[in-house]
Amino acid sequence: MYTYDATDRQLLTERVAQFRDQVSRWQSGELTNDEFRPLRLQNGLYVQRHAPMLRIAVPYAMTNSAQLRKLAYVARTYDRGYGHFTTRHNMQFNWPKIEDCPDILAHLAEVEMHAIQTSGNCLRNITTDQFAGVAADEVIDPRPLAEILRQWTTFHPEFAFLPRKFKIAISGSRDDRAVTWFHDIGLHLQQQNGELGFRVIVGGGLGRTPIRGQIVREFLPWQHILTYCEAILRVYNRDGRRDNPYKARIKILVQSLGVEEFARQVEAEWALQKDGPATLSQAEYDRMAAHFTAPAYAAASKDTDLATQAAADKAFARWLERNTHPHKAAGYRAVTLSLKKHGVAPGDVTAEQMDIVADLAERYSFGELRISHEQNIILADVHEADLHALWQAAKTAGLATSNIGLLTDMICCPGGDFCDLANAPSIPVANAIQARFDDLDYLFDIGDLDLNISGCMNGCGHHHVGNIGVLGVDKNDAAFYQVTLGGRQGNDAKLGKVIGPSFSAEEMPDVVEKIIQIYLENRHPDESFLDTLDRIGIDPFKNRVYENRAHGKAKAAETEAA
Amino acid sequence: MAQLIKNGALLADDWQTLILAEGETPEAVVLPAGPVIFPLAVWQARKNEIIARQQPIGLLLKGSDRVEEIAGEVTQFAVIAIDFPKFVDGRGYSLASLLRQRYGYTGELRAVGDVLHDQLFYMQRVGFDAFALKDGKNAELALASAFATFSDGYQASTSQPQPRFRRLA
Repeated sequence: MYTYDATDRQLLTERVAQFRDQVSRWQSGELTNDEFRPLRLQNGLYVQRHAPMLRIAVPYAMTNSAQLRKLAYVARTYDRGYGHFTTRHNMQFNWPKIEDCPDILAHLAEVEMHAIQTSGNCLRNITTDQFAGVAADEVIDPRPLAEILRQWTTFHPEFAFLPRKFKIAISGSRDDRAVTWFHDIGLHLQQQNGELGFRVIVGGGLGRTPIRGQIVREFLPWQHILTYCEAILRVYNRDGRRDNPYKARIKILVQSLGVEEFARQVEAEWALQKDGPATLSQAEYDRMAAHFTAPAYAAASKDTDLATQAAADKAFARWLERNTHPHKAAGYRAVTLSLKKHGVAPGDVTAEQMDIVADLAERYSFGELRISHEQNIILADVHEADLHALWQAAKTAGLATSNIGLLTDMICCPGGDFCDLANAPSIPVANAIQARFDDLDYLFDIGDLDLNISGCMNGCGHHHVGNIGVLGVDKNDAAFYQVTLGGRQGNDAKLGKVIGPSFSAEEMPDVVEKIIQIYLENRHPDESFLDTLDRIGIDPFKNRVYENRAHGKAKAAETEAA
Repeated sequence: MAQLIKNGALLADDWQTLILAEGETPEAVVLPAGPVIFPLAVWQARKNEIIARQQPIGLLLKGSDRVEEIAGEVTQFAVIAIDFPKFVDGRGYSLASLLRQRYGYTGELRAVGDVLHDQLFYMQRVGFDAFALKDGKNAELALASAFATFSDGYQASTSQPQPRFRRLA
């Protein structure tokens, strides 16, 4: 992974000093709350329901054992012994004190970590595929260009005060695992006539106005990515709406201009920047690529007894099936450690687990790790001969639930228990659904299914792109949950459709169970949940869920009677 | 009265800014004597008259103004002031970059409005060289520390036209 040079380290040290000074001027009253707010947000610091929340960047998913141990240290020393992985390659601490944050950031800087621009109306953390560099379906490793973009976004003087937040995602594989269609800028690396470049997608986003992004340029040679992004950002910075935060994302500008006119303006601006000093050189690409070379893979062992081990132990076989991913190198797999143990808040990890995972990464995966947007941890380079031992160690640590890609591997935001923005709790609903589907045989029978839960329409839990999406809404100060069906990420990413009136938290496990029943009753052999849904449509699901359920006038009468 | 920081010092500001009162129009407003910073609309309506005064000319730009409209006229101005109605309104950074990098403006580029300590570093990087620090803010502290927050930057900008990767040996 990328290692800092002297200047990178110097800038990070200066950032910590800058923030320490800002906190001190805020404490002395020299900075007002309004003046301090954007500054602390650009250092990942929110003021939340119970305490501040500090969001640490894990740039484009890559981290290492030393960094994870430092996060464990911070969790123990300054928080309550755990952290939470988000859907955008970040770790959040929910209980730090504001006055401790400069010290926390100083500790993190020792291992080249930071909270720079993890919040606020600025260029955010770059995200990509958690299997970048190792996936069997990869066309081009996106990480060198992700690091180039990370440096470009860091302390960009022209774009530090945008109309709204701005998120960029890159994918370099055939299957898109980076939700690129729903980012402010989504980039698909591709080869065209032997040339490397990007398809550039702009104006996607989830949140309260979910919109799939649109293609602004079908092919952009890689050397021009910075000047092209500058052009997009300059058009947005000048003309994005600043009168209403709900209308301020670039997606609204693209919608109001129309994608053709938006693209015309970007191309006109880019024509005046093209081939300027920010044009990338081969030397710069090579400098970055040298940080992402393959580790010293061992030869595939001829007599690996994986098949025997799997045949002897059904639980191991299940883990192999769900929690390991095909690898470019023969004899290797990428392993996902599940942070979706039933009954635990999805994405939460304790300091003890962080230390154990750091050790496992050193023993089995060259000391490096990844964080997925599905809120799990990946050991990307595990030799097949080590899988059984790794599985046993992970099991002991509570990190081997064989549910990756299954119903209980749900994406879930912190929700109303923590977040100030939320309309409803999300973790208790996730836990109640996990409890209902606690039987692994049943889960395996249901098969691939994304269930995503957000506690409000800002959509941090990606409910719009869940096959089953659950959105917390507030009605007269009570929490209710709206259900969508058919959303999906990947190459055919699309938004789910609302099935009807919302439900109480207590009803949610039944609702999900009824939806699953319809699938199981109607599926053809080898059909996934989405296949069946696409074939039979949403109505059979709706009918079952709302069967015998009072609504409309009947519901009003019932409410009145009660 | 804002405090003017320029060339590493606090200076007296000898410019006045013309602000249209309610009912006044760019076409009819009385042009004051002396060095005046004119709103874009007044400049566009009264260009010949303003030039004929034979006084140094200043121009005031708002974030929504199309800087392209004065692209060919930048040598007329001794001062261009860019207004920040709120410090979180970042349009002025793009206007400054365009004036310096694309339209070759070399006169004084002044940040006015809600100009605060913690934005001065980025303002300097995009090409501002004069800063009307908001009233009540500590100008000595700003002079002492706000312009040296970071020792380098990754991107190409007005103050460093070569991005960092092109400056690596």
